[in-house]
Amino acid sequence: MWNYTDKVMDHYRNPRNVGAIEDADAVGEAGSLSCGDMLKLYLKVDKNGIITDAKFQTFGCGSAVASSSILTEMVIGKHIDEARKITNKQIVDALGGLPPEKMHCSVMGHEALEAAIANYYNEEITIKPDDEIVCNCFNITKSFLENEIKNNNLKTVEDVINYTKAGGACGRCQGKIKEILENVNTPVKKEEKLTKTQQIIKINNIIEKYISPELRKDGGDIELVDVEDNKIKVRLSGRCQACNRSQLTLTHFVEAMLKEHIDENIEIIQV
Amino acid sequence: MTNSKLIYLDNNATTKVDEKVVEVMLPYFSQYYGNPSSIYKFGGRNSKAVQESRETIKDFFGAKNSKEIFFTASGSESANMAIRGILYADKSKNHIITTKVEHPCVLNLYKQLEKEGYNVTFVGVNSAGDLNIEELYDAVNEKTALVSCMYANNETGTIFPVEKIAEKVKSLNPNTKIFVDAVQAAGKIKLDVKNTQIDMMGISGHKFHAPKGIGALYVKSSTLIFPLVIGGHQENGKRAGTENVPFIVGLAKAAQLAQDNLNYEGTKVKELRDRLETGLLARIYNARLNSQSINRVPNTTNIGFEYVEGELILLNMDDLGICASSGSACTSGSLDPSHVLKAMGVPFTALHGSIRFSLSRYTTDEDIDYTLEKMLGIIEKLTKISPFQKELKELKQRKGII
Repeated sequence: MWNYTDKVMDHYRNPRNVGAIEDADAVGEAGSLSCGDMLKLYLKVDKNGIITDAKFQTFGCGSAVASSSILTEMVIGKHIDEARKITNKQIVDALGGLPPEKMHCSVMGHEALEAAIANYYNEEITIKPDDEIVCNCFNITKSFLENEIKNNNLKTVEDVINYTKAGGACGRCQGKIKEILENVNTPVKKEEKLTKTQQIIKINNIIEKYISPELRKDGGDIELVDVEDNKIKVRLSGRCQACNRSQLTLTHFVEAMLKEHIDENIEIIQV
Repeated sequence: MTNSKLIYLDNNATTKVDEKVVEVMLPYFSQYYGNPSSIYKFGGRNSKAVQESRETIKDFFGAKNSKEIFFTASGSESANMAIRGILYADKSKNHIITTKVEHPCVLNLYKQLEKEGYNVTFVGVNSAGDLNIEELYDAVNEKTALVSCMYANNETGTIFPVEKIAEKVKSLNPNTKIFVDAVQAAGKIKLDVKNTQIDMMGISGHKFHAPKGIGALYVKSSTLIFPLVIGGHQENGKRAGTENVPFIVGLAKAAQLAQDNLNYEGTKVKELRDRLETGLLARIYNARLNSQSINRVPNTTNIGFEYVEGELILLNMDDLGICASSGSACTSGSLDPSHVLKAMGVPFTALHGSIRFSLSRYTTDEDIDYTLEKMLGIIEKLTKISPFQKELKELKQRKGII
């Protein structure tokens, strides 16, 4: 027995705005018969972009019908660009909440609204070339999951199932969902590419701080001559210059130090 | 929209406890509360009650000897005790054959056993719900420890020919043991294990008007099982724990009443079920009979309402006081629709809108009249919300209604 709010019960018992609009200005669809729920949303939009009428047809459970019904009430009277800002969370809030397992019903409402507005503007919704289907049971793409994870602050595989249904049937894609969750929730810090000047300053700082002091102990020193991409040109001076172990110092100490602090792929060239 | 009316058509989920059952149980709570293992007469009375109940359950199973009967707490426990018990007793074989449509309590155990290293063959069913029996026989080999098949399916009521299966399997490998989950058969059709090759059979009391929390397992005397619960000597050392005397007495009473009512189940209950089934199919153009097998328990029917979703149907039925259940994904929260209907290949159009009606000896003519009257309105209302108007219209035309 689901713990539905009075508002949800009212909307599935007496759904508002049921039916089709024959001369609709926008139609949006989400879900499918095989997935167990589907929603068709029809919008009538006037010349000023105001949604004057909205109707729906839903194949789905009580909360799917309630989500669709309340969505039509939410969009009527709004400018289409205002309606575009409606989130699935607002649908849930308007219903006074949904059981966690039923969150996907609000997501379906939001999806149908997005599709209808895209249809109004003649925007094509296509799967991006780098996108992929993650959940084959419900035909759900990676980019869709990433969006829902971000927008609804989803943390666990269970959250993803509740909101999107992905992973909720055969469960085979749950490992993949876990990966996507980790990637979205712990964004990789992208290293900005440094300019040459910044690179030189950075390398000089490391030389000053970690390398020179050690070489000076033995009466030698090192100076940076030039940087070309990953090639770092240096000149040894003082006693290092004449030392027959200078090559060892370069590879074992200088190169190791710079690799640790800058990049694994650098190369040291003695000039 | 509260409705005090209650039309209970979900008897495969659980049943009303018969008042005669409650009556015989009551003295064993505060009056005769002694421990059956005690030496004094006050305990001995309970020991006798348990023994008499075991005799009654023996007759209910159609078993030879009451020593072949073990009391458990549920159908699930009976299944676990039988399956694990037999596999522990003989670890030389690692292959199990079962069906794709077993109850989850059995199916999930086999999925667990797969993880523990057993090879499990899951045999399918045809579109009517009948077992692909040749597929089952083909799977039997010298490593087959166990063949496990339900007697009647909980969702469709389809009866599987377990006696025939047991006989054939034993002829293919005499060392293979047979377990039958008879939870949905008990009280609906006659059980008669003594003249079969079945080794073990489990039942659950609350499916035939005993309370929840009591079940029984039949284990043929020549079949050795290893106990799951180890402790005292109760249940012949196969299930430790002080006997649940009031519930055991209740189970026996319910079994005796069920036995007395078998004829009624097979005639009057069947007549009501058939009237409901044919009535729904005749009145509602998008109704489809999922349970098409001719071998069915008398109380069950499963009907798919095309292009309408099951939870929504149940919620609307509930508002009118009618209780049933659905194979829809949404009802359970699992997102996956019924594994039974999927195994049968029920089309997507009807899969999510499937409703199981299960009757009992308490179901009346008025209950069926009321349900028939209300279902038409519910399905008409919900069909109007469906986005598949074009498909529905075509369906209507195909059935020659327009």
